[in-house]
Amino acid sequence: ERGHGPYQPHEPGYGLYQPGYSPYDDQIRDPKSRMLAIQNAKAYLLKSSTTSGLNLYDHLANMLTKILDEQPTNAVDIIENISKDVKWAQLQKKMDTLRDEHEILPTFEAAEKRKALFLKANGEGDEELEEEIGETPLPNVMETAFYFEQAGIGLSKDESYHVFLALKKLTSVQPIQTCRFWGKILGLEMNYIIAEVQYHEGEEEEETEEEEVIEEGGKGMGEVEDEDEKKEKEDEPPKSTYKPPPVIPKEENGTGANKYVYFVCNEPGKPWVKLPPVTPAQIVCARKIKKFFTGRLDAPVVSFPPFPGNEANYLRAQIARISAGTQISPIGFYQFAEEEGDEEEEGGGGRDTYEENPDFQPLSVAEMVDSLATWVHHGQSILKQGRCVWLNPFQKSEEEEEEDEEEEKAEEPDELQQEIGPPLLTPLSEDEGIQNIPAWTAQPSSNLIPQYAVAILQSNRWPGAYAFASGKKFDNIYFGWGHKYSPENHTPALPPPVQAEYPSGPETTETRDPTLEEELAFKAATEEALAAAEDEEDEEEVVEDDEEEEEED
Amino acid sequence: MEAASLPAALELAAGSGAGLSPEKRAVLGASLLLLQRDYRFERVWFWGCIQGGPGKAASSPVLQRAWACVVLVAGSLNCVEWSLLPPATEEMVAQAEQLKGRFQGDPSFEYEYTEINAEDAERLFEDGKEPMIKEESRLVATIEQIDRAVGIIPRGAFLKTPLGSVRENRNFEGLSLTEAKKLSSYFHFTEPVNLKNKTLLEKADLDPSTDFLDSLEHDIPQGSWTVQLEKGGTVVVLRSLLWLGLTFYHVPMTKQYGYVYFGTGEKNLDLPFML
Repeated sequence: ERGHGPYQPHEPGYGLYQPGYSPYDDQIRDPKSRMLAIQNAKAYLLKSSTTSGLNLYDHLANMLTKILDEQPTNAVDIIENISKDVKWAQLQKKMDTLRDEHEILPTFEAAEKRKALFLKANGEGDEELEEEIGETPLPNVMETAFYFEQAGIGLSKDESYHVFLALKKLTSVQPIQTCRFWGKILGLEMNYIIAEVQYHEGEEEEETEEEEVIEEGGKGMGEVEDEDEKKEKEDEPPKSTYKPPPVIPKEENGTGANKYVYFVCNEPGKPWVKLPPVTPAQIVCARKIKKFFTGRLDAPVVSFPPFPGNEANYLRAQIARISAGTQISPIGFYQFAEEEGDEEEEGGGGRDTYEENPDFQPLSVAEMVDSLATWVHHGQSILKQGRCVWLNPFQKSEEEEEEDEEEEKAEEPDELQQEIGPPLLTPLSEDEGIQNIPAWTAQPSSNLIPQYAVAILQSNRWPGAYAFASGKKFDNIYFGWGHKYSPENHTPALPPPVQAEYPSGPETTETRDPTLEEELAFKAATEEALAAAEDEEDEEEVVEDDEEEEEED
Repeated sequence: MEAASLPAALELAAGSGAGLSPEKRAVLGASLLLLQRDYRFERVWFWGCIQGGPGKAASSPVLQRAWACVVLVAGSLNCVEWSLLPPATEEMVAQAEQLKGRFQGDPSFEYEYTEINAEDAERLFEDGKEPMIKEESRLVATIEQIDRAVGIIPRGAFLKTPLGSVRENRNFEGLSLTEAKKLSSYFHFTEPVNLKNKTLLEKADLDPSTDFLDSLEHDIPQGSWTVQLEKGGTVVVLRSLLWLGLTFYHVPMTKQYGYVYFGTGEKNLDLPFML
């Protein structure tokens, strides 16, 4: 009952065991108050919180259940996190339906689009199968991806396959003769997947009509303006003698920089958009600016010098530059078509067509890697003018010459030097390097298994451009941001110097006002002159009077 | 990225076109384990690959071992043999910043300063050091710079304990899709610089255990990160525009995340013109 009796002050245990609280008291001692205390405690724990509706008892029970189920290591250290997770799980159940609708939609939509790629492939029917087995413009993207993968370049297999199917969709929709996966250009919001395409002959007349209509509209406007000006010719300020440099016409579709047509899409599954042909002005401007692509084709390109066009044009210009600089092939794969009288044409035209060489003998991988002379450019290089074939913009037609005679003749601009670029099929060893780095870096894909290695070239001028060759197969590809490499930082062009508003000559230059002394001196000088002149006049009058007198007589 | 999950991670980060050849991947699987054994590392991350320049493109993949704050870097030219690199010092970083151009691919190559101010040259000569820097130091300094500038982790992946040490959060379940698209859900994994400059109102919303690092949304210049959803929206990929080639990937609602660098190791100083 009492246990060990009341302790004396000198004994250990004094003061510890108060009546009713000794450690031996709980079992039998006053069971009712014990039970009451327990019930009170439990009631307290079961009290629901006013803010969240949970109660501590259930929460602790759930937490302990979770810990016992999952048995995490060092549970005591992460107990707070577990508590948070349990609470979070509780809350989530209430909001479940709402959240599901919201979050998962965008991924589902995207998945639908990609699935559509696969569906179309099956739905085309068996009739077309036979046609396709023969000649198909569709490139074997997976094969190319395999070779590039040996070098560590390329998209993941999934993405490559999606691109493959997207290209297939493109070829089935458009009348395409040859098609190639050109590469991927990364952008800020979205990326671009680019396909290089050549139409069947005679298929792309649509665009030229639109441009002619626009030009005629422009001429009409010009005539109206001339009439207005003639009416007001009297009190006009001097006309500006500025003649804008002549617009260099773009190259015809199918030649030079516009040899191929490019289609882009943001993701495989989205529709392909055709890029407009590139004009020399766009290429010249693109050389001076360096901007990231946003991923939207209609985004404006804000830059100095102002880029003539929007992002679609800028993209096309960059693609043209990259293609011109980095489309290479093993030597001998392409050869010039044999034509008679070719060499007699004026220089500068040169040869701009090539065809596959049926007698191509591939070199071994070691040879391809050792020397850069075994590779040649088959992309025509772009001249400074912005075209591949030089054109003299000052060769005027007869109509224009007549008009010029009527207007005032401004200074004749200096004659442009004909620009000559490296001819087609130049070997890579002629490429300029950057500082002490050659323009291209060559290496085999594997040093361990040289028999099956693939020769890989990567460009240092356009980081992201790669080419591989293995036996008779080769290809080029581009993965990157779309900019040229320059060891120096990019310096934007300075604005041109301010034009002189008027020619400055003595009649328009202000002179200083004469000072008082100068004026007095001038006055004195003029008086002297006047006096001298009067004397002379008097003499002359005398002479004249004499003459008159003589005549009268 | 974690060495253990290298193959899967490479697939996720392959959107930028750069990756590893199957040969390298295969050899890495083995050599990383050996590296772990030899140096008794607890964990090993594959950091990435810096391309070297002329002639041979000797790529130097680089590893890291990090636990809390101790980071050691090991480099290799061919992914087979690894050697521990000296840790980066401030001086090395300062010197390396002045160097421009590609890496050479040879760790013992020595760069000469081509352009130095007269003052710097005097200072250097006074110290008795020659103005040459080895490629090894440049490599280490560049890695340090990249990590400091653009090494990122998702919010909640690491926790700060009340004692001040930083630990990985084993309960990290990944960011949700909406969170993953925001730049504020990602932190720089270095000493925070801007944290103290936040207003009191902002600080009140922060959770001291998870928000103890700088988030990305205040990076200068604004817009120096691109956030994209790839693979139909299942992977969030962040690419840095300041160091072109750094790719961070995260699969929302899972524990998978990581970053890897494939590039030339040059800072993109033209960034303000390009945005």
